[in-house]
Amino acid sequence: MSKVEHEVISSWVEPGSSVLDLGCGDGELLMSLIREKQVRAQGIELSEQAIHHCVAQGLSVFQEDIDTGLADYANKSFDYVVLNQTFQQVKKPDFVLQEALRVGKRTIVGFPNFVHFKARFQIFFKGKVPVTPALPYEWYDTPNLHFLSIADFEEYCGKRRIVIEQAFFTANNKRVRFLPNLFAEIGLFLLSKAQ
Amino acid sequence: MKAEHFTFAEPPNELTLESGEKLGPRTLAYETYGALDDKKSNAILVLHALSGDAHAAGRSRDDGAVGWWNTLIGPGKGIDTDKYFVICSNVIGGCKGSTGPSSINPKTGSPYALDFPLVTIGDMVSAQRRLIDHLGIDKLLAVVGGSMGGMQVLQWMVAYPERIRAAIPIATTMKHTPQQIAFNEVGRQAVMADSNWRNGNYYGGKVPAKGLAVARMIGHITYMSDTSMAEKFGRRTKTEKEPFKFSADFEVEGYLRYRGDNFVKRFDANSYLYVTKAIDYFNILNGHSLASVFRGLTAKVFVIAFKSDWLYPAYQSKEIVKACKLAGVDASYCELSSTYGHDAFLLEIEQETRLIRDFLKTVANGNGDAQG
Repeated sequence: MSKVEHEVISSWVEPGSSVLDLGCGDGELLMSLIREKQVRAQGIELSEQAIHHCVAQGLSVFQEDIDTGLADYANKSFDYVVLNQTFQQVKKPDFVLQEALRVGKRTIVGFPNFVHFKARFQIFFKGKVPVTPALPYEWYDTPNLHFLSIADFEEYCGKRRIVIEQAFFTANNKRVRFLPNLFAEIGLFLLSKAQ
Repeated sequence: MKAEHFTFAEPPNELTLESGEKLGPRTLAYETYGALDDKKSNAILVLHALSGDAHAAGRSRDDGAVGWWNTLIGPGKGIDTDKYFVICSNVIGGCKGSTGPSSINPKTGSPYALDFPLVTIGDMVSAQRRLIDHLGIDKLLAVVGGSMGGMQVLQWMVAYPERIRAAIPIATTMKHTPQQIAFNEVGRQAVMADSNWRNGNYYGGKVPAKGLAVARMIGHITYMSDTSMAEKFGRRTKTEKEPFKFSADFEVEGYLRYRGDNFVKRFDANSYLYVTKAIDYFNILNGHSLASVFRGLTAKVFVIAFKSDWLYPAYQSKEIVKACKLAGVDASYCELSSTYGHDAFLLEIEQETRLIRDFLKTVANGNGDAQG
């Protein structure tokens, strides 16, 4: 994760709050949120190697598959549930996001914008599935199961009555303000459920 | 290493067991490793499984035997005795120095045999708490154990939550399923079917060796996995000649017979009956809901399961995790890859070492408190 995305997520999180990171990897984001925002952190991660890393850092983590949902958690168990770069990798993103919105008072989602202009260029002129800094994988080894754009996601939120409280777009580790669906590589959203 | 002994509840001050019966005196055989620090804040209680004893680590001064968790406990190991003061005691009902059915009944001057009252995991843990009091330890850094040892960990979490800073239940369950009870019952039936058992009154005579050996053989099958047995034995035979005479032709048969016969030398058949019953009756949810059982627990919990363990399958560990989530307990869960089956908690040492060492470091440094 780039520095700017990290800073944005950190700026959205209230000090002393509780954070559940779905697909926390080595626990990099949670460790920095503990340092910067003194959060009560909990990770969920499938990879055994990543679990070892988390435990070595003193992070509380569950080895679980987020695709099976968060049924063990009561509503609003956490102040924030984070789905950063894992949203497009789960089998059932709709179900997982609904679960995140149920368990968290707010949900933070980050994903690569599949229709960034470089990606469009590669599809249109080269006739190839794009490989870009935000979409670094070849078609045969990508963990990404769903390819969506910022426009797709905003439309989806509207349909599902999900409130977009904040949005932030980046490319090359810089903020993108102009035509994000064309120029942003990454979209970050702070979401909550419509009351 | 040599076991020490702590005796309490001496007559006429016998204490009442969970069953309502009185038992006293009660003696616990225990060993310690490492040194207790000045603040008495570095003590770890290790809890043994069905056939274990107080000799968890090091070499025994009596017979040179290596402790049952020696690979995990010792200087520089996962539970580092250069840093921590490690305690392990034999359970009440056992036969390795603690009061059990083979102990002398002070009222009769002969072994209790079946006059010994039924004991529970709760009784085992309340005796351990008295030992901790006796050692002057107010709060344990951690309680750690696998299988029946893990049940004792759960019991500590519920009965004495204020006395522990961390808990590591490994390859265990909140309660036995019918399948788990069934395996234990077949073992008990094997013991009781042995004509030498004589309603438990075999002390001083022939022991029910065949029955206990068969019970142990069943146990060993459930501790391994299909894969680990295939890797260890295959269909290899021990000898080429004279097949089909019901001798131990296959290596797996020889192994089970060896483990069964060996067990008889070191374990009391009545203890086997009592301790397996204690395991079967264990139900940490007794009178609690899943959401309330760990409510208010401030200890950090680390639940560990093994993918190939079919005796205590991972879903049972996940139930413990679920109870932690519902109670808002600070917890972690790892499901280790291993082909060893239930035995993995004793054998899959490299990964276990890493996790337990790192987790204990976090607890000892107080990171757990800072986050919680």
